[in-house]
Amino acid sequence: MTRVDGYGRVDRTRTLRFTFDGVSYTGHPGDTLASALLAHGVRTIARSVKQDRPRGVTAVWSEDPTGLVQVEEPFPEPMLLATTIELVDGLVASSIGGRGRLAEVPDTARYDRRYAHCETLVVGAGPAGLLAARTAARRGDRVVLVDDRPAAGGSLTGTERICGRDALDFVADTLAELRAHPDVRILLRTTAFGHYDDGFVLALERRTDHLAPAPQGLSRQRVWRIRAGHVVVATGAHERPIVVADNDRPGIMLAASARDLLHRYGVLAGRRVVVFTSDDAAYDAAADLAGAGAEVTLLDPRPVRGDSRSGDYRRSRGLVLGTGAGPDGAISHVFTDQGELPCDLLLLSGGWNPTSHLFSHVRGALRYDAELGAFRPGEALAGVTVVGAANGTFDLAGCLAEGRGETPEPLPRTNLVLWRTDGDPARQYVDLQRDSTVADIARATGAGLRSVEHVKRYTTIGTAHDQGKTSGVLASAITAELLGVPIESLGTTTFRPPYTPIAFAALAGRERGQLFDPVRTTALHAWHVARGAVFEDVGQWKRARYYPLPGEAGGTEDMDTAVLRECAAVRRDVGILDGSTLGKIEVRGPDAGAFLDMIYTNLMSSLRPGRVRYGVMCGLDGMVIDDGTVLRLDDEGFLVYTTTGGAAPILDHMEEWLQTEWPHLRVTLTSVTEQWATFPVVGPRSRDVVGALAPHVDVSAAAFPFMTWQDTEVDGVPVRLARISFSGELAWEVSVDGWHAPALWRRLIALGEPYGITPYGTETMHVLRAEKGYPIIGQDTDGTVSPQDLGMSWAVSTKKVDFIGKRSFARAENRNPLRKQLVGLLPLDPTVKLPEGSQIIEQTAELPPPPVPMLGHVTSSYRSAALGRTFALALVKGGHARIGERLTVPVGGDLVPVEVTGSVLVDPEGTRRDG
Amino acid sequence: MAENLPEHPDFLWRTPEPRRSYDVVVVGGGGHGLATAHYLAKNHGITNVAVLEKGWLAGGNMARNTTLIRSNYLWDESAAIYEHALKLWEGLEEDLGYPILFSQRGVLNLAHTEQDVRDSVRRVEANRLNGIDAEWLSPDEVAKICPIVNVSGDIRYPVHGATYQPRAGIAKHDYVAWGFARRADEAGIDLIQDCEVVGFETDGDLVTRVRTTRGDIACGTVALCAAGHTSVLLDMLGVPAPLQSHPLQALVSELLEPVHPTIVMSNAVHVYVSQAHKGELVMGAGVDSYNGYGQRGAFHIIERQMAAAVELFPMFARAHLLRTWGGIVDVTPDASPIVGHTPYANVYLNSGWGTGGFKATPGIGWCLADTVAHGRPHPYVAPFALDRFTTGALVDEHGAAAVAH
Repeated sequence: MTRVDGYGRVDRTRTLRFTFDGVSYTGHPGDTLASALLAHGVRTIARSVKQDRPRGVTAVWSEDPTGLVQVEEPFPEPMLLATTIELVDGLVASSIGGRGRLAEVPDTARYDRRYAHCETLVVGAGPAGLLAARTAARRGDRVVLVDDRPAAGGSLTGTERICGRDALDFVADTLAELRAHPDVRILLRTTAFGHYDDGFVLALERRTDHLAPAPQGLSRQRVWRIRAGHVVVATGAHERPIVVADNDRPGIMLAASARDLLHRYGVLAGRRVVVFTSDDAAYDAAADLAGAGAEVTLLDPRPVRGDSRSGDYRRSRGLVLGTGAGPDGAISHVFTDQGELPCDLLLLSGGWNPTSHLFSHVRGALRYDAELGAFRPGEALAGVTVVGAANGTFDLAGCLAEGRGETPEPLPRTNLVLWRTDGDPARQYVDLQRDSTVADIARATGAGLRSVEHVKRYTTIGTAHDQGKTSGVLASAITAELLGVPIESLGTTTFRPPYTPIAFAALAGRERGQLFDPVRTTALHAWHVARGAVFEDVGQWKRARYYPLPGEAGGTEDMDTAVLRECAAVRRDVGILDGSTLGKIEVRGPDAGAFLDMIYTNLMSSLRPGRVRYGVMCGLDGMVIDDGTVLRLDDEGFLVYTTTGGAAPILDHMEEWLQTEWPHLRVTLTSVTEQWATFPVVGPRSRDVVGALAPHVDVSAAAFPFMTWQDTEVDGVPVRLARISFSGELAWEVSVDGWHAPALWRRLIALGEPYGITPYGTETMHVLRAEKGYPIIGQDTDGTVSPQDLGMSWAVSTKKVDFIGKRSFARAENRNPLRKQLVGLLPLDPTVKLPEGSQIIEQTAELPPPPVPMLGHVTSSYRSAALGRTFALALVKGGHARIGERLTVPVGGDLVPVEVTGSVLVDPEGTRRDG
Repeated sequence: MAENLPEHPDFLWRTPEPRRSYDVVVVGGGGHGLATAHYLAKNHGITNVAVLEKGWLAGGNMARNTTLIRSNYLWDESAAIYEHALKLWEGLEEDLGYPILFSQRGVLNLAHTEQDVRDSVRRVEANRLNGIDAEWLSPDEVAKICPIVNVSGDIRYPVHGATYQPRAGIAKHDYVAWGFARRADEAGIDLIQDCEVVGFETDGDLVTRVRTTRGDIACGTVALCAAGHTSVLLDMLGVPAPLQSHPLQALVSELLEPVHPTIVMSNAVHVYVSQAHKGELVMGAGVDSYNGYGQRGAFHIIERQMAAAVELFPMFARAHLLRTWGGIVDVTPDASPIVGHTPYANVYLNSGWGTGGFKATPGIGWCLADTVAHGRPHPYVAPFALDRFTTGALVDEHGAAAVAH
């Protein structure tokens, strides 16, 4: 055991049991897996990825390049740093070789997301951050203070004094003051991992992993989306090692990390310690470890001065050149310029790198400070302040001053910038996780590489879990040295979010399973479910596809049988469809007609109130993007029906044109898709049903002609009736507000019962419209089909001066007679149903070798009750001129002969429309 | 499958000073520019060539893509150029003498709706008639090829099936670029980094000199290969082109034991995923909707992509997002590239590849070199002429591309 009495803040009155690599150990609340293992003298906890060398703990928190383990219990999670795993009872973990293993069992933990808004966000609750938060809170700001460790205080160890008090008391008092402010939110165990434009910061809060067992109902992790008026980056600094030969062994650590282990966890990481430093900070580590009972030798290449911190340790001017290992691979001695020294812990400190990630994420420029040997934030960014060690201010008084918003006098620099000592470059590790060495950098520069980005990719330095937190600046410096150029001419590689790795599931949040995308249902959904409907996904909607009846053998009808039955019933009697998902946009204003004249290819402004018109919309390229009917409500109002899938995109499309191109038009657009439920009542007996529903309305063909609409009331509820047909049959679309939809639907079903009313789904709707040659935009079109290609030249105005797509109709290719056009296809064998999507080729008895010229493809294909056979719609090159020709459709290994027909196969004369 | 990467060659390229004049100046030292240089030398013996790169070689989209290679495009014109590229990929390791880690592990394009199924069947049938390997797979067959995909019915958008192109694969993008660069350098072509083009000197319908931050360079022919910054160069020439530059983000996980044997792409549950040789999961999704030249995007795009990944691959729940980044994709109105003549007789354009640029690299390099050498568009790029936006002869790949542009 290396636990030292009188040190540390772990709760030694309680014991936790855990297992690592199959061996049972104990620890205490407040420990990390790393501190508990080190307390037991376990120094090797991983193997390196390329060279399979033993690896230990190199740093005490998320900057550790080496101590990656796999957690097995309570839930398997790969690639976690032992230093950041808070110890809980029953934890099981194992060492890995640089690659993690994903769980085979589902992760049932919940993850969620919250928003926070504040004037001041402070990232880091060290001395600078605490004072920044206090200053903002006293000013009256809403403040969010986040810190990634379990406790506030940052690098404070408890040996310092602030304002004459114990530093940790100061931390506690400041936190208490902050907590007393109603508008201050303090989030510990929360890592600000990404900084985006306009004060937007993402932070991950770890809420349950330190609790065992995890409480029910609490999300495991939470992503905070924080929008701050001002972001204070007080994220401290990472200590930087000095590169020496064989610097990758277990038992080699950053100096401040060993000190942190002692003060935070009471763990003395070695008994015979060598400290190698060119910076004064490590003297504190030497003194503290010596004070805790270690035998410490400090080597410093700088001349001995009298003003650094004294302590019970030996100190001499010197250099560590390499290390040796015992049988376990862990360090056993160091080679210095004065000879060999036995040790079980080597502490390295070459200075500090400001943790400027959050400054860099928003393109803050770093500048090289030659005295510090580090990159620090350069020119300030609006809305962002960097304070304390993150700003390159490393003394406590300076950090406190910057936290208060003051600019401290810079202290004279005493450190020596030393990147590495002499030694075999192939054994001098720069990125310990990637097994990358000085020799690898030398190979890269020798290969002609001059950019640190190239060196990174050639050597893989900085690409591991730590993203170069301890290795990045070293790599730039050593590259510069090898190239003989100043380091500032190279810079660093780019800092990118996230600051530390984040579980995918945490970012997915609640958007999983049925919540991955909202499920939209119509007002009649419960009725469809009770009726046994089979649903299909249409965008976010669940639409009833067909309603199978009980089958003869005890099961239910298959789709083909059900759809043939539904189709026959509609054309024979009457059917009813839930068409509520159709997009509906109310277009209102003095210029509504002029606006729609630009949006549609045909004229809409001339439509009279009470009338309905079918219209087509095109994109700039003249290709159809949507279609539907338009009701003129009154002088300034139109109700536009879009396809189900078009509801949102067409509203966007209209708004974009209105707002960016035609802002002078006095028009407002309102989505009313969910305000209106719409049920087509379709078939020869629909007049009877609608007449019974609205006895005051004259539903005769003369009084209620095709493509007109009327409002009425049913039991005091406003109902709209419109003579619109998507099947060629006599039909009314009955619309009512969603609240009253179930009652009205049930009433229509009851009124229709004597006439054999049959509810039908989208599949039957598709067959009925295809029999009439009505295209479905997005199924029979693919963004390359013009109105003319659909045989809808009649819907393209020749009178209007302009509309979206008009100019494109004049292009040569739009007038090419060999364009693909919508036609019907009849397989010569009337029982063969062509798979939708099948390609069409010239008539042939044998498939020629590829490439085989293609004429088009099958867009829709069904069995028709009315025709007593199969049929299809297809886009075929020059199709309108090919009617009557025979072509071939390859299906699997077969070649199916088909005949091209017109696209209207049922009632081409239109005799059924008026009943 | 997870493996350590092979060693790079001891020498890659020189760092030459720009000369005052070259027969051919390629603007843009990314994958396309470097491949063009290589094939100019290899196929046409043209070596008095400079490749001008404003940053570091292959540091744009070539360093930022998700390394997917496939040729299962819908239209004949697209299939021809991408299949030409795929055939070159199949021999590229040998041609370049570089271990580019081309791994033909196949690509699954998942279908989640009835319309997805129609579109998928249509594309498979078209691919087969064009001589490109393609199959339509049932959900069970999908699970056989990639056991970690969730093909159960209890997800929001169940998998109805997938198209499968067995010859599709991945390659190590940096290595590919460096392989081309090394060959070009060996042939005597000057690869000039930190050299930004800031203008052009013209004489009638000819560009006579390219102005750069490292001095003016006289040129015989100019080939523009600047991807997302093409619009900036065309502005300097006063040539309008329908290009929109958008950020496109991608991401990787930490290194994981092998779990994912193929490539999976889904449009409806929007993500595409492969597992690289070392073991990291590499993913991408849709473009950020706004225009911009910043190589970073908005975070909600990443969150949505993670949701899609966990939805399709439940085992990824506790994989960790290690790094995100952004490239700039240049997108055209029909989601197909623009290649060929410009109003300047000695300037050739190569742009608008959107999300398809990496997989096309050897193919477009080959065809653009041929175009430059012969002074007319190679047949495979002829359909992608700039004037198609005037004639209307579009090659609309919106429905077939991996990403909804």
